[in-house]
Amino acid sequence: MSAESLLSVRDLRVGFVTEGGRLQAVDGVSFELTPGEVLAIVGESGSGKSVTAQTLIGLTRSPNARIEGSVRLRGSELIEADDEALRKVRGAQIGMVFQDPMTSFNPVYRIGAQITEAIRAHRPQTSKSQGRERAIELLDSVGIPNAAQRIDDYPHEFSGGMRQRAMIAMALALEPDLLIADEPTTALDVTVQAQILALLARLNRERNLATILITHDLGVVAEVADRVLVMYGGRVVERGTLDEIFYDPQHPYTWGLLGSLTRMDRDRPERLPQISGAPPSLLDLPQGCSFRPRCPHEFGRCSQLPGLEARLADAPSHLDRCWLEPEEKRQRRLVEGEIGLEAPAP
Amino acid sequence: MGRFVVRRLFGTVFVLFAVSLLTFLIFNVVPNSDPAARMAGKNATPELIASINEEWGFNDSLPTQYVTMMKKIFTGDLISYEGREPVDERIVEGIPATISLCIGAAAIWMFFGILFGYLSAVRAGGWLDRTLTIVAVAGISMPVFWLAAILLNYLAYETGIFPSQGYTKLTENPLDWAYHLILPWVTLAILYLGFYSRVLRSSMLDVMNEDYVRTARAKGLSERRVMRKHVTRNSLIPIVTLFGLDFGALLGGAILIEKIFSLNGVGQYAEEALANFDLPPIMAITLYGAFFVVLFNSLVDIAYAYLDPRIRLGESAQ
Repeated sequence: MSAESLLSVRDLRVGFVTEGGRLQAVDGVSFELTPGEVLAIVGESGSGKSVTAQTLIGLTRSPNARIEGSVRLRGSELIEADDEALRKVRGAQIGMVFQDPMTSFNPVYRIGAQITEAIRAHRPQTSKSQGRERAIELLDSVGIPNAAQRIDDYPHEFSGGMRQRAMIAMALALEPDLLIADEPTTALDVTVQAQILALLARLNRERNLATILITHDLGVVAEVADRVLVMYGGRVVERGTLDEIFYDPQHPYTWGLLGSLTRMDRDRPERLPQISGAPPSLLDLPQGCSFRPRCPHEFGRCSQLPGLEARLADAPSHLDRCWLEPEEKRQRRLVEGEIGLEAPAP
Repeated sequence: MGRFVVRRLFGTVFVLFAVSLLTFLIFNVVPNSDPAARMAGKNATPELIASINEEWGFNDSLPTQYVTMMKKIFTGDLISYEGREPVDERIVEGIPATISLCIGAAAIWMFFGILFGYLSAVRAGGWLDRTLTIVAVAGISMPVFWLAAILLNYLAYETGIFPSQGYTKLTENPLDWAYHLILPWVTLAILYLGFYSRVLRSSMLDVMNEDYVRTARAKGLSERRVMRKHVTRNSLIPIVTLFGLDFGALLGGAILIEKIFSLNGVGQYAEEALANFDLPPIMAITLYGAFFVVLFNSLVDIAYAYLDPRIRLGESAQ
């Protein structure tokens, strides 16, 4: 796999010094991405998924941040890269789309000018009129009607869905190999969400665009992802293909996420199951498994942190961080025929 | 834009009317403000006072007196009680000095205020930021009259580097004009400079956390371009507001500075008129000052619409 690897992340760790003390936002995240692959990173707020994504292109760099580990894009190291080398990667080789399209464009410049600016930052020889033509082409390709006129609109004249399309157009302006989409549909209406996902899926198919999709919405994951990384408290707790995660989830936290989805193929439950408790504070993570305080299956061994390992004989690429025996997990999560966090009957 | 201008014109007339009425009323209820008694002098006979009252129309009802005075202001026939000279001539004489003082000081404080604010924000938390913070807070804290006195003492009286007072017309001798104004410019600028740099610094630090700044970095812009194009322009909006209001108010007369450096501007005239309970110049200068405040308020709104395309002039906020 590493021969054709596009992006290789090894033991990425991001710590911040805050007023409340040192916190480890990302604690040893590793994954590989091949060209054209869609990887979903899933987790609650504070799980470290956005920090992971932003660290890939150095957006978390600051005097208060300690970043360790390795991020290699086609073999070249980005963690150690100087600002100028990193600048050349941003936008040109890795495009990024953010959560809130309302605030992600600068309100005082026209949409077209902001797209052209991205092109000219990497290709200074591009004239303004060439940049403009390219911007119209891009807006058109992401489905903005009347792109030649709309290019001179200000961001507030676009609807939320159109802005997110324009963000995607801007991220693709220089034909990067990798798109990082940080909760690209969270701030949008459900119907618009579906359109944006369809657009991302089409781009992935047509341009062989590798995508890292950050989300807390497993419905979104099921639509587009090839592989899934589940994060909790700054660590990866489970990693596998889409089918492995959805049909044979190994970590009780993943069970909880899946159990709290509404399903069309089942009767509507009285109450939607939920994971009790709140995500842990990164300033005060529990010893051992960080999901332990919220996990109904906790036992003695959980006070030691389990490694991220393949525990299933027939699925070497499916990794998880849970001490329970695989057979035990299968029995427990099927209590009452439902994937969930119900403790077994005594 | 047309609707905006018309609305603002109506607003201006209303504000000026209200300001003039208030000034007039306050003057007439302040004790010891009886103009006839003051004009007649210390050992005046009742007959003299009565004849002054008759001659100047002080026996008329207050509304009549107000209307007469307003008419005279707009026809340029206003005569001061003290010295009995035409008020409009004194104001017109004072305007060049006041405007020279304001423009020069504004150029200094805007240039250094923005420069210091920018450097502070870019190097937030570093030694440069800390040093500039101390400079800014010192500038804000020093009273104008104190700073002026210190500068005058060391740079004018003791060393003779700069003249201690007076104003030379720009048209007469530009070098002498600037030479006489350097100390007043610096004194006035220091007062505002610190404040402006603090406002810009905090505004820039806010903007730096905006999502669109992260977007600008993510698309591969250089740090310098991110700061200049995406942070600074958006951060200047509060500075523009402040500047419009401060500059408009200053054009009405920088009373303390003009007095200390004897610039003979509008502010100094205002100080004289106030000290002598001289209503005609007080009314005229107040209206003149209020006019600039209102004018610059409108200019600020126009500048806003230019800086932020989300704002459209002439549309009411719904």
